[in-house]
Amino acid sequence: MKILIIAEHKNGVLAEATRELFGLPLGQAEIHAVVAGEGIAPLAEPLGQLGAAKVRLVDSPALAGGTGESLGQALGQVIPQLAPDVVLTAHTPQGRDLAPRLAEGLDAALATDCIQATFNDGQVTLRRPVYAGKATAEVEFTDDSLKVITIRPRTAKAPEPDTALSAEVTSVSVQLSEQKTVLKEIIAGGGERPDVTEAAIIVTGGRSLGSAENFSIIENFADTIGAAVGSSRAAVDAGYRPYRDQVGQTGKVVSPQVYIACGVSGAIQHLAGMRTSKHIVAINTDPDAPIFQLADHGIVGDLFEVVPLLAEAVKNRTGG
Amino acid sequence: MNIFVCIRQVPDTTTRIKLREDGNGIDETDIQWIISPHDELAIEEALQLRDRQPGSTVTVLSAGPERVVESLRMALAMGADSAVRLDLPGDADSVVNSQALAAAIDKQGTADVVFVGKEAIDNGAGAVGTMLAVKLGFPCINVVNGIDYGAGSVTCRRDVGGGNIEIIETTLPAVISAQVGLNEPRYATALNIIKAKKKPIDTLSTDELGISEADCKTLLKNFELPPPKQPCHLIEGSPAEQATELVRVLAEDIQAI
Repeated sequence: MKILIIAEHKNGVLAEATRELFGLPLGQAEIHAVVAGEGIAPLAEPLGQLGAAKVRLVDSPALAGGTGESLGQALGQVIPQLAPDVVLTAHTPQGRDLAPRLAEGLDAALATDCIQATFNDGQVTLRRPVYAGKATAEVEFTDDSLKVITIRPRTAKAPEPDTALSAEVTSVSVQLSEQKTVLKEIIAGGGERPDVTEAAIIVTGGRSLGSAENFSIIENFADTIGAAVGSSRAAVDAGYRPYRDQVGQTGKVVSPQVYIACGVSGAIQHLAGMRTSKHIVAINTDPDAPIFQLADHGIVGDLFEVVPLLAEAVKNRTGG
Repeated sequence: MNIFVCIRQVPDTTTRIKLREDGNGIDETDIQWIISPHDELAIEEALQLRDRQPGSTVTVLSAGPERVVESLRMALAMGADSAVRLDLPGDADSVVNSQALAAAIDKQGTADVVFVGKEAIDNGAGAVGTMLAVKLGFPCINVVNGIDYGAGSVTCRRDVGGGNIEIIETTLPAVISAQVGLNEPRYATALNIIKAKKKPIDTLSTDELGISEADCKTLLKNFELPPPKQPCHLIEGSPAEQATELVRVLAEDIQAI
């Protein structure tokens, strides 16, 4: 089996979600990678060290602006030349946009947002969440079409690079037609904190924070441990946080290593969005709050008292 | 303008999912069905655009079994001009759903713009709109939370995650997928809900659409509910002791910090 990994990158660095793909149980598959963009040649080395046998570089100034249209067109030309059995990419905003373009253009089967993926002897076994994680289902392919698969970030752990490994690197050129979409501007508004969909740790606050200002308690603790700040829908609806922080069935569905819910009671649509987190911690004054049914560790207490103490305890521990 | 909206009917967000006995789907008994929340934004955007462009019409399409008529009626009650059900089982995959939608749009004439939600909250693949665009030969702008309409083109604000926004211009016709923030969907009034009950809703069969369920490339099976969790380990003590112990658990047991 030949697996082609589409490598995502930003500012000359491979995306962590791409590195993680090499940590999946890929069996004896032959691993190739493709990188598209401008000035991307230096990415071949880390891809080789992660385990790609061959790396294809699609280097073009026309791909610098990376619209879904241009990237889809470029990769749509390259993939048939490589004839993989599986195209694998991370279920990031870019991967979500790209995968259906490729699947449709290449007459491929599409399985998105998989949280389990095993590749063995030509067999692909996948499981994905449905109803935003209220259940999971296995994806069965009905024919031998090319398979385009996206994997939820944090499904696997990225392997350590092996400096003894290197890939066979080839450049490929593409012919892009006149583009219908033009990227005019990128407005950066994320700040320093990681995004909830890619963070290893998320600290989430609920409506019981009472105001946008009080979320500074959550932010301070999150910053001491490098976590993202999440929000319940109620806190977003109350105007305390922007929608981009919302975790739940109508917000972001997340799978961090640790999810720390502070003053979140655990509405079913919130639980759906975070239940695949590896470890769940709940801090709530109400011992009967539904969040405790999902939590591995809990503190029955007032977040206004406990959360600042957590930030202090982290500083004490790290000597900061 | 010919404005199309593709909507998906999904279980209400408060639904507790139960599985079918064969494990290959969910038990639909007692489910409250709603229009998928992002699709309501798509309907609202279509209605606002129509009202600014005299002579425009909004046609709402939904692929699914008989039950989706109820959601199409809700779209009519919100103000859509016509609604068509594409007769497919609820578990058809995105390949066949997008084929059906493309065929339906071709049958109805030409589209100037097609609005969809950024994803439906059942499968959450967010794929149908993009696949539809590729089939129609239209550009597709996904996860849009703001649109400026120009002559023959639109400029979209696209939410690319991490708080970052892309401003993308595209020619029309195009497929645009709606993200929260694009607008505030209106509520259908009781009177309009009653009026919508009398409006005809056309159904197109797979034969009429020239497609086949057998073209699905994927099936979902062996559904599982999340495994039951161990009881929560409650950390006791004074708040300071609780905080110290939790940080120890995070650092030593979980090794996360």
